[in-house]
Amino acid sequence: MSSDALTGSSMNSELTRLTAAELAQKIHSREVSAVEVTQAHLDRIAAVDDRDEGVHAFLHVDASAALSAAALVDESLDAGTAPASPLAGVPLALKDVLTTSDMPTTVGSKILEGWRPPYDATVTARLRAAGIPILGKTNMDEFAMGSSTEYSAYGVTRNPWDLRRIPGGSGGGSAAALAAFEAPLAIGTDTGGSIRQPAAMTGTVGVKPTYGAVSRFGLVACASSLDQAGPCARTVLDTALLHEVIAGHDPMDSTSIDAPVPDVVEAARRGASGDLRGLRVGVVRELSGEGYQPGVRSTFEAALRQLEALGAELVEVSTPHFRYALAAYYLILPSEVSSNLARFDAMRYGLRVENGATSAEEVMALTREAGFGPEVKRRIILGTYALSSGYYDAYYGQAQKVRTLISRDFAAAFEQADVLVSPTAPTTAFPIGDKVDDPLAMYLNDLATIPTNLAGTTAMSVPSGLAPEDGLPTGLQIMAPALGEAVMYRVAAAYEAARDAEDGGPLIQRVPGLEVSA
Amino acid sequence: MSAPASTPGLVDYDEVVERFDPVLGIEVHVELNTNTKMFCGCPTDFGAEPNTQVCPVCLGLPGALPVVNRAAVESAIRIGLALNCSIAPWGRFARKNYFYPDMPKNFQTSQYDEPIAVNGWLDVELDDGEVVRVEIERAHMEEDTGKSLHVGGATGRIHGAEYSLLDYNRAGVPLIEIVTKMIPGTRERAPEVARAYVTALRDLLRSLGVSDVRMDQGSMRADVNLSLSPRDSGVLGTRTETKNVNSLRSVERAVRYEMTRQAGVLLDGGPVVQETRHFEEASGTTRPGRRKETAEDYRYFPEPDLVPIAPSQEWVEELRGTLPELPWERRKRVKAEWDLSDEELRDLVNAGALDLIAATVAEGAPSGEARSWWVSYLAQQANTRGVELAALPISPADVARVIELVASGELTNKLARQVVDGVLAGEGAPDDVVKARGLAVVSDDGALITAVDEALAGQPDVAQKIRDGKVQAAGAIVGAVMKATKGQADAKRVRELVLERVNA
Ligand SMILES: [Zn+2]
Repeated sequence: MSSDALTGSSMNSELTRLTAAELAQKIHSREVSAVEVTQAHLDRIAAVDDRDEGVHAFLHVDASAALSAAALVDESLDAGTAPASPLAGVPLALKDVLTTSDMPTTVGSKILEGWRPPYDATVTARLRAAGIPILGKTNMDEFAMGSSTEYSAYGVTRNPWDLRRIPGGSGGGSAAALAAFEAPLAIGTDTGGSIRQPAAMTGTVGVKPTYGAVSRFGLVACASSLDQAGPCARTVLDTALLHEVIAGHDPMDSTSIDAPVPDVVEAARRGASGDLRGLRVGVVRELSGEGYQPGVRSTFEAALRQLEALGAELVEVSTPHFRYALAAYYLILPSEVSSNLARFDAMRYGLRVENGATSAEEVMALTREAGFGPEVKRRIILGTYALSSGYYDAYYGQAQKVRTLISRDFAAAFEQADVLVSPTAPTTAFPIGDKVDDPLAMYLNDLATIPTNLAGTTAMSVPSGLAPEDGLPTGLQIMAPALGEAVMYRVAAAYEAARDAEDGGPLIQRVPGLEVSA
Repeated sequence: MSAPASTPGLVDYDEVVERFDPVLGIEVHVELNTNTKMFCGCPTDFGAEPNTQVCPVCLGLPGALPVVNRAAVESAIRIGLALNCSIAPWGRFARKNYFYPDMPKNFQTSQYDEPIAVNGWLDVELDDGEVVRVEIERAHMEEDTGKSLHVGGATGRIHGAEYSLLDYNRAGVPLIEIVTKMIPGTRERAPEVARAYVTALRDLLRSLGVSDVRMDQGSMRADVNLSLSPRDSGVLGTRTETKNVNSLRSVERAVRYEMTRQAGVLLDGGPVVQETRHFEEASGTTRPGRRKETAEDYRYFPEPDLVPIAPSQEWVEELRGTLPELPWERRKRVKAEWDLSDEELRDLVNAGALDLIAATVAEGAPSGEARSWWVSYLAQQANTRGVELAALPISPADVARVIELVASGELTNKLARQVVDGVLAGEGAPDDVVKARGLAVVSDDGALITAVDEALAGQPDVAQKIRDGKVQAAGAIVGAVMKATKGQADAKRVRELVLERVNA
């Protein structure tokens, strides 16, 4: 079709509906330019991302940085140079928890309002080296603490499926940007489910890689032993392509794994065109029923039937210690948070509140009082208590023992099954304001995702249809052993292909139009 | 004891040791001289412009992560081995959490309950040759803090200051903390044992080459713990920890002062308060640190950003192979080689000259000359300047070169001292000083012969006496020649020439 046949904007909206793999193919064959692709997404952001009424996935958009990165890709391709990566020229939305030397990094907190880091996170640097233009920074719960983005200091992100609902969290901005077709690729971080739960609630794909698979250098810490950055996209293949860009050993992160990155792109391609015969899929008894919304249960059961139809053998596995996971998580995480967030003291960067203070101590206290939101304060207080002398053994010490037991449960389960599955989240996206004043109800969102973080293994969420009762997306969680990403991607791609075939196309295409009517 | 009840006075030292047994404990912090910091690649040079040796990691910027400096771990293991410690096969760093503006992360990364080296000892020789074995509890790695400069206010302390300046150059410099077990039974010699221990430790660390060990620059800092038990009771008293002890002499004074102060408190019926005290250099006393309203709870927990340190047996043994001759081994060897008496050896050790002499010998100088230079002329110079011998700005290699120049006849002893003066004045190496000051011996016989002939002609009566066989009269002519050549002639050669030319 000739470009004359289309107006610029309809051509643009065509581009934003494509997958990253399709966009890369068009850019690398010079059918479209990287600048056009980036501009199309910037236009889409301008059309749907209004802070007050729109999706509000982005806290910061840098059109000129994104366009000049795209222009560099075009120049290099024009000069006949091979693309810097399979995703060169395809733009991306970056969670505002990873440092960027050319954009602010706020972590969704007032305490870092306007802070411009002097350095790029390793993930950021790898994206740049891969020729991936960064459109901007996405919204999140403050310091990645939350499951709805309602704890962002800069306003909530709205779920593109229903703007009155939350998009999940903490990485709701990245997931919503994908679901709203504002970006074909995004980066999230997952401490207890912050990639997977928003993916489930927005009908997108999100992967929490094995702990240490992706460098944490430049990832503003929530809980160091749990945090892991990972790829997000609308398809399993796109997620795999991004996974290979960001994963790999980094000498700047001592906890980074010095091992080859599993060939997840090959696994995703193989999965999409093959079946799952000979593969054992473990259904986690403790994560497969109690307390789930009916539509979550029914779509999960449908997913199990689909996996079976693909030839997988379903086995039931038991993980008796998972029931303690939430309690252990809410001791370990706040403990690390209380220490990691101590550095925000107004002495070197970020917010500074003096208000007539006469000592450094007072400045620190006033700044932290004004700069941290309620959930962050709640966890700092919890963690300070859990680590204090006399309580350490009873709380932090016990929680670490639970962590070991959960790892053993996983190890035993992976003796019986190649991957484990569960619903990603117990409910579909809930209305904005529903749980914001009930921390315990909010914490229950992460029941199924937390064990993976505690064990340092890998897991992902793929769309598993719409819940009949509310028409909102649900997610299937697939869990694999440490560095077992390849088999996980293979299962996810096979399931995605089967479900798309059954549904007559990708679920995500059913997201309602979001343009503010002219 | 007639001190008023409100402020107990000091007790006479003899009375203290008659009534109490002091129990010592010493913690020494040593800054390692690695090229880079403990957890990042920043340089560690002392004295750089403030905040020029910093990066996201040592500034604790959000997102930055530490990576352990392998060279620092090597130094820690070598120190542990030299202190006869066991090296832990596995250990984690911990976070010590507290808020202070000069600490960028508001926690210090430190080995807490899993130190790299444990259970060692160091033999310490006192002035009279008695050897005390000090048991080492642990040596562990940690990072230094930045420095605060409090501006305004009278005291230079944070209290009352108008504002404070922060320099993070030191933040993250690798530190090793070496902690002794309790040192009981030192009685009246406690102050001396404390000083001797810190001295021995300093010499050991210097010979390992792991630190500058400059107490005046803070690269070695001692905290002295002391308690008193009623004599022969074995009942432990309450201890105080005295900080800011910045010289070897201060270590001794601080222990002595705390003994007399605590005895005063106890004899007055009061309890000794467990507290941190600060040593005041000028008065030789200690004062309490600012009392905290709440007990400090450091909330230690394992550092999740670092993986455990797990030195392999092979690595440890490889490092053991790199240990140099340690000070006590060197003493034993030197004593035999130089044929020294116990007393002579001790004098050299006490003067801080032994290592310098040994190093000078290692540079090729004969031991006799090397000893002579360090214990006489250079010792005088150090004394005049009020510094330790090792702090003189002259190296053993310089001294060895001066000795060589004398031996070859290029310098006389008198000229040699002038060359040394030049080196000490910062004029460069001995050869530079010789050249710049024109101090070479006049060894050109032609010039000397002219001077000798002139001197003989000037004193014909003396010349005649020599010719008559009164050889000792030659001294007057030699003197005249030396005067004419401004002392730059080799007197021995002048004398030979006088005897030669008088009959010419
Ligand atoms: Zn640094």
